Amino acid sequence: MTDALAAKAADPRSVLTGSIADHSEGMSYLETLPRRLVTVYLPLSIIMLVLLFPFYWMLLTSIKPDDQLLEMDKVSPFWTTAPTLKHFYNLLFETNYPLWLWNTMFVAVSATIVSIIASVLAAYAIVRLRYRGAAWVGGAIFLAYLIPPSILFIPLSTVVFQYGLFDTPFALILTYPTILIPFSTWLLMGYFKTIPFELEECALIDGANRWQILTRIVLPLAVPGLISAFIFCFTLCWNEFIYALTFLSTTSHKTVPVAIVNEFVDGDIYRWGSLMAGAVAGSLPLVILYAFFVEHYVAAMTGAVKE
Amino acid sequence: MLPAAAILILFLAYPLGLGVWLSFTDARIGRSGIFVGLENYVWLWGDNVFWLSVFNTLLYTTVASTIKFAVGLYLALLLNENLPFKAILRAVVLIPFIVPTVLSAIAFWWIYDAQFSIVSWSLRHLGLIHENINFLGDVWNARWSVIFANIWRGVPFVAITLLAGLQTVSPSLYEAATIDGASAWQRFRYITYPLLTPIIAVVMTFSVLFTFTDFQLIWVLTRGGPVNATHLMATLSYQRAILSGYLGEGSAIATAMIPFLLAAILISWFGLQRRKWQQGENND
Repeated sequence: MTDALAAKAADPRSVLTGSIADHSEGMSYLETLPRRLVTVYLPLSIIMLVLLFPFYWMLLTSIKPDDQLLEMDKVSPFWTTAPTLKHFYNLLFETNYPLWLWNTMFVAVSATIVSIIASVLAAYAIVRLRYRGAAWVGGAIFLAYLIPPSILFIPLSTVVFQYGLFDTPFALILTYPTILIPFSTWLLMGYFKTIPFELEECALIDGANRWQILTRIVLPLAVPGLISAFIFCFTLCWNEFIYALTFLSTTSHKTVPVAIVNEFVDGDIYRWGSLMAGAVAGSLPLVILYAFFVEHYVAAMTGAVKE
Repeated sequence: MLPAAAILILFLAYPLGLGVWLSFTDARIGRSGIFVGLENYVWLWGDNVFWLSVFNTLLYTTVASTIKFAVGLYLALLLNENLPFKAILRAVVLIPFIVPTVLSAIAFWWIYDAQFSIVSWSLRHLGLIHENINFLGDVWNARWSVIFANIWRGVPFVAITLLAGLQTVSPSLYEAATIDGASAWQRFRYITYPLLTPIIAVVMTFSVLFTFTDFQLIWVLTRGGPVNATHLMATLSYQRAILSGYLGEGSAIATAMIPFLLAAILISWFGLQRRKWQQGENND
């Protein structure tokens, strides 16, 4: 009887019995290996394969010689016999790519620093200073987080034009914080809330003023939060497309995503090798950063959602 | 507090208001417009391309979000298993989310190439099809292709955030339920799902919002083509406002997105409230 029931529920069962916290074994010992093979490993590997294939393909294309790119019948397209760095070489020495990378880096770092400073102050003010409407401001910031760039880019472009910022990096450095500040404020609010009041009260008794409390006590304790916010903001900046596309027009001012889309296409001939090399080189800094700070990424993402 | 407020007001609240105002004018690039009332909206009401873009946006959002949620939840449940190399697996899953959308969209562009698509090649050599699939040239193929690319990019976010939620569910609840004779489905329905609801609501709000206002992916893959079949409201407003210079009309399209977004936010908000009320939780 129980066997029949178990067999009937075989598929979702093993998926769910595994829904356990990290530290304990839970009930998964109840399952046999073959069943886990079918219900867990097989779907998992299919999903992973689909998720990772585009990257493999991107990487492979970027090191394939040109003749193998379009010749799919002689050699298997899934592998290359003569890897070459020609596309990367072209990219670095015959295009403005290093300049674009530098632009992106400059804009991303500046915008991130501006936003982090602004949001540290804002988050601290919302969480700790008691004034009327603090909760209301918090809610407004969360709403601001939900306003997408694709609604704002048209009016922003007129604003940017009026302030004379059009086609300068400052257009991006000042507009990116509109995306970043709400996010990082929200994240930091969560961190600040976990810092006990008592520490600050002690500092107050010892004669510290608000500014000293913030820099000497709160910020050192919130370092993990700051790192999370910094990395995540940096990623968002690097990823941003629509503002950069709208506010920049000179080739040498562009950021990597915009430049790749617009500059690598000559009429109908797509230079796939260089295009892919550009995509790989543009993703690499973020992937490396990610590899070092995985936990912070996850913390940032889930922290922002959980609050 | 002040710097943040200054930037947000100057570059967020002011543009938002300005955008709504622009939608009531006939502004062009290079000259400020005069107030024309609802003319832009009336014009859009009779514009087939606009309605097509609304249809596309709704289709794109509904299909992509639903599948993202289903696959994301499934993946989260799978990753929550006891697996070897669990940490590495989870880290790897997030990579599509980290890599800039535009760059991964370029990879998809190449995968979807009409002549040299690797997918067509594989299917042809497996004998499943005889001619290359025209991924981005055919109306419905193009739609499914961009939806797939969007799902591909969105699943990691959903999966990892839901996984974080799953890890807070105590295993003893499942053990107790199993002893009481609950089936796997019942355990999911009466333990996992209720405990996960708040996080599901938030994650799905984000997912729906960002899918609805998506721009990058479409712009890289199809630029709205073929024959406007994949134009979303965001891409259409970019095309009308920046490329053609009709700022007023573009803003009208962008403003028309706001009611949809508000609806999405309100639905999830009230979903959350109801859940909190049912569980008797304190709203913190």
